[in-house]
Amino acid sequence: MGDHHHGPAKGLSRWLFTTNHKDIGTMYLWFSFAMFILGGAFAMIIRAELFQPGMQLVEPAFFNQMTTLHGLVMVFGAIMPAFVGLANWMIPMMIGAPDMALPRMNNWSFWILPPAFLLLASTLFVEGGAPAFGWTFYAPLSTTYAPPSVTYFIFSVHVLGLSSIMGSINIIATVMNMRAPGMTYMKMPLFVWTWLITAFLLVAVMPVLAGAVTMMLMDIHFGTSFFSAAGGGDPVLFQHIFWFFGHPEVYIIILPAFGVVSQIIPAFSRKPLFGYDSMVYATASIAFLSFIVWAHHMYTVGMPVAGELYFMYATMLIAVPTGVKVFNWITTMWRGALSFETPMLFCIGFLVLFTIGGFTGLMLSIAPADFQYHDSYFVVAHFHYVMVAGAVFSMTAAVYYWLPKWCGKMYNETMGKTHFWISFVGFNLTFFPQHFVGLAGMPRRIPDYALQFADFNMMSSIGAFIYGASQILFLYNVVATIVAGKPTSEEKIWDGAEGLEWTVPTPAPYHTFETPPAVR
Amino acid sequence: MCLSLQRLYEKVLAPVLMLMAMLSSSASASESERSSVNMAPGVTELGQDIFSLHMTILWICVAIGVVVFGVMFYSIIYHRKSRGVTPSTFHESTKVEIAWTVVPFFILVVMAVPATSTLLDIYDHEDAEMDILITGYQWKWSYEYLNESGENVKFFSNLRTPQQEIYNLEDKGQHYLLEVDEPMVIPVNTKVRFLITANDVIHSWWVPDLAVKKDAIPGFINEASSTATEVGIYRGQCAELCGKDHGFMPIVVNVVSQEEYAGWIGEKQAEAAEIAELMEADFSLDELMARGKEVYDRSCLACHGAKGEGGVGTAIAGSAIAMGDLGGHMDIVVNGSANNAAMQAFGKQLNDVDLSAVITYQRNAFGNNMGDKVQPIDVFNYKKG
Amino acid sequence: MLQVSSNPVVDTVSKLVVVAIGMFAFVFVVMVPLYDVLCDALGINGKTASEAYTAVPAMVDESRTVTVQFVATNNQGMPWRFGPSVTAMKVHPGAVNDTVFLARNPLNKDMVAQAIPSVSPSRAAEYFHKTECFCFNHQPLDGLDSTEMPLQFIIDQDLPKDIKTITLSYTIFDITDMVDSDKVAAR
Repeated sequence: MGDHHHGPAKGLSRWLFTTNHKDIGTMYLWFSFAMFILGGAFAMIIRAELFQPGMQLVEPAFFNQMTTLHGLVMVFGAIMPAFVGLANWMIPMMIGAPDMALPRMNNWSFWILPPAFLLLASTLFVEGGAPAFGWTFYAPLSTTYAPPSVTYFIFSVHVLGLSSIMGSINIIATVMNMRAPGMTYMKMPLFVWTWLITAFLLVAVMPVLAGAVTMMLMDIHFGTSFFSAAGGGDPVLFQHIFWFFGHPEVYIIILPAFGVVSQIIPAFSRKPLFGYDSMVYATASIAFLSFIVWAHHMYTVGMPVAGELYFMYATMLIAVPTGVKVFNWITTMWRGALSFETPMLFCIGFLVLFTIGGFTGLMLSIAPADFQYHDSYFVVAHFHYVMVAGAVFSMTAAVYYWLPKWCGKMYNETMGKTHFWISFVGFNLTFFPQHFVGLAGMPRRIPDYALQFADFNMMSSIGAFIYGASQILFLYNVVATIVAGKPTSEEKIWDGAEGLEWTVPTPAPYHTFETPPAVR
Repeated sequence: MCLSLQRLYEKVLAPVLMLMAMLSSSASASESERSSVNMAPGVTELGQDIFSLHMTILWICVAIGVVVFGVMFYSIIYHRKSRGVTPSTFHESTKVEIAWTVVPFFILVVMAVPATSTLLDIYDHEDAEMDILITGYQWKWSYEYLNESGENVKFFSNLRTPQQEIYNLEDKGQHYLLEVDEPMVIPVNTKVRFLITANDVIHSWWVPDLAVKKDAIPGFINEASSTATEVGIYRGQCAELCGKDHGFMPIVVNVVSQEEYAGWIGEKQAEAAEIAELMEADFSLDELMARGKEVYDRSCLACHGAKGEGGVGTAIAGSAIAMGDLGGHMDIVVNGSANNAAMQAFGKQLNDVDLSAVITYQRNAFGNNMGDKVQPIDVFNYKKG
Repeated sequence: MLQVSSNPVVDTVSKLVVVAIGMFAFVFVVMVPLYDVLCDALGINGKTASEAYTAVPAMVDESRTVTVQFVATNNQGMPWRFGPSVTAMKVHPGAVNDTVFLARNPLNKDMVAQAIPSVSPSRAAEYFHKTECFCFNHQPLDGLDSTEMPLQFIIDQDLPKDIKTITLSYTIFDITDMVDSDKVAAR
């Protein structure tokens, strides 16, 4: 405890051994951005191959490796660690805590991530190639028919699962035990609330994913038959277990995004968040519902009609709390005094596009119609609307919103706005046409397609290149800010912002709230 | 604000939307009837039901979207700081919260009613007049017409698009990637029950116009049914990632008149009975040679010459393959040549009887005189591994 | 059971660790068996019971006739010729019916097979009782040998009235290697 009041250590050992929540948050954020670029590079290869009909650049087997790795890297390497990084940076500052509850474990949960993804990426170079069975890795394609690299994949999933569990235990322990006096649960900023609920989801379902891959491992190497009909198992069991994890996982990705948007929209509306309580309850209901709707990803596996009906009704119900959230955000803006700095632009982008993704989600929940949508590009369009325009846009908003607080320098607003508009146009150009090709009958995960899908696919590819390029601008803007941004020392960067993080000096000192603040 | 939202919307989004509209209209003009931007109602009653359900929900969503985004954009335009407004401070209202919890709930109930009835209809497979067992393979489909009295008709349906088109060496045909060597044939206005399973990994049999998508799961059997009301050719694809050539296992269903179907299935049954008989039979060398010559003249002569002297292809007379190991010979005929695309894989094009005959012929004609013979069952087993 | 520590952080963490471990165990000890139970009870996937049905004396319902279709599928790499001796039977609910499947091993090596049954429509599965089935056991067959594999079944009188056709599908798997490795392991 002796070195508590020192600044950061010098050199590499600062990063390797740090237990400081801000350092660890920074590392998570940079790591996730690196993964975002890697997963984005995979996406660029996919879109380049799909630019026109016929096989041009890659072989079908490699194409499948690209779709698989793109999904895995984006979900587990980019989006999830990005929000964990944000949680590390912001949660202690938002609840008036000096650090996370378990700083040493915090260090561990970050540092086991890079090796896990190094291992996963290295499978590209092994005999038989990287995993090529999709990020959902359905058995038996991922067991009996998998390339040898599946074993590395399983190990990698175990490690990153462990990292997530440790990270979420840390967040729960922090929120439950480290709040400043007077910071009651119903006074916590919504970002803290959404993360608390997300962390509970993670602790509950990451072990389920670990169980699923463990069963795969046993089927592949130890002669069990969990997922093989020959030995009395059932490949559909895999899908049930996977989606029992997978559906809450979807909300793990989106709930922190809800939290971010709930911080930023009031700030730029200069008006308190409308319906704070109902936001908390809506988040909790979404989390609860996420456990009882998993089989809507499996309408076509041949469930009994009663099961099909149950999952349809339960899934439709999710529209209610999600709708409440959207209505609350819009009412927050209503009769505010709006201004449109970059974080707000990304939040409005989020609001519009996520709502569209919500509508297509509602359409997908209708089982009979899903027989036509399922595993088509309509689904691809849907989940990119919620994951990219939902999670990634809000994450970008968060970076622009808090970056001045983190480094004490202001980013270039014009460049930020340019980034938004290029992203917005590129994103819609990429994914909106995919609704059309999906409805017209194009299945997902195919390396080549029939001629009637050619025009829209070319648009999609052009859009993807634009969206990809806009991220270079983002990187440039962030680096330029850190290196040579206009210094600012105002505590409250945004005049409408509320919360404890805006009461500490700018840039945020290495240690904050060593004596707990007083909360009104 | 250097750029107003409105102006940007007009300058950036509007041209994009226009471009989209243009592209979609030009695309739909060239493709006959099928919409390239929307779901196809298809040629079944259930497909129509699904389509109208889809459109209903789409329009409900559009209506909600117009209201929600309308309010939002009103706020964005009129409640902006640059207009000098003072923000109000209201931040909760239980009444409003209850309203926008309850109203959406009732909208959902309205959606659930037609959805439920359509779903129950989709699940009604009784009273089907015929049954077809569909088996997914990496990467092709097999169709087996179940016949309560007599031999089942069974055949494979492979992608017909040549590699040259896929690898851009030749122009792509109209039905690029959606064409097969032997389509499923079903009669019009007849309820057909599909029993769906798989041989290796999970596949999914999807024909949008028949409104059928069902997973094919190894070891288990799924069912679906469809009543096509219009004669025509309907195309679909495998919809579940099943490995390398997932994108190359299309489905083509040829819906024909009842009379035409009766003729077709009669022919197929006769052929199946003949093959079954031949498969069991033990042919003499002479029988195989006679049949083999016919097959050779039809399928091999063009490249390998009437006397096996070669031409485009290598000579068969005296060739190391025809006079070598039997396995190697079967391999090149069944699987084609890895080094020379012109030597196609005949395993998919000829039946086992013809394959055994032509291999025997090649080994014994043109002075090769190996004296051994290949029975259909040998080819069958060779193909099975 | 839990040691409640004086340190609230340790307390929270230990509870959460228990939850995480519990969820991992939940997959194995709850989800897998529960799924099997649900499959048996609801006939998910058309699974039928994997053990012989002990027949209760039943009335034969002569007024109803149900068509039972038999189909056979070879899983990948299974070279046997395998299929039903008759493709369909018309049966009365409650009656005991016998049929055989024919199998021929065309390879010159001894093999072991396992047939996996599946019933369609899946909601008929719970009414399809097998009193004797080759699918209950491994089926060894010598090289180039043929065999008849018996099946005896009863359709329950409670079969829903609207079901008129039941399809019984067998997928046959080559498990020679699995059985061999078991033998090696046993040694």
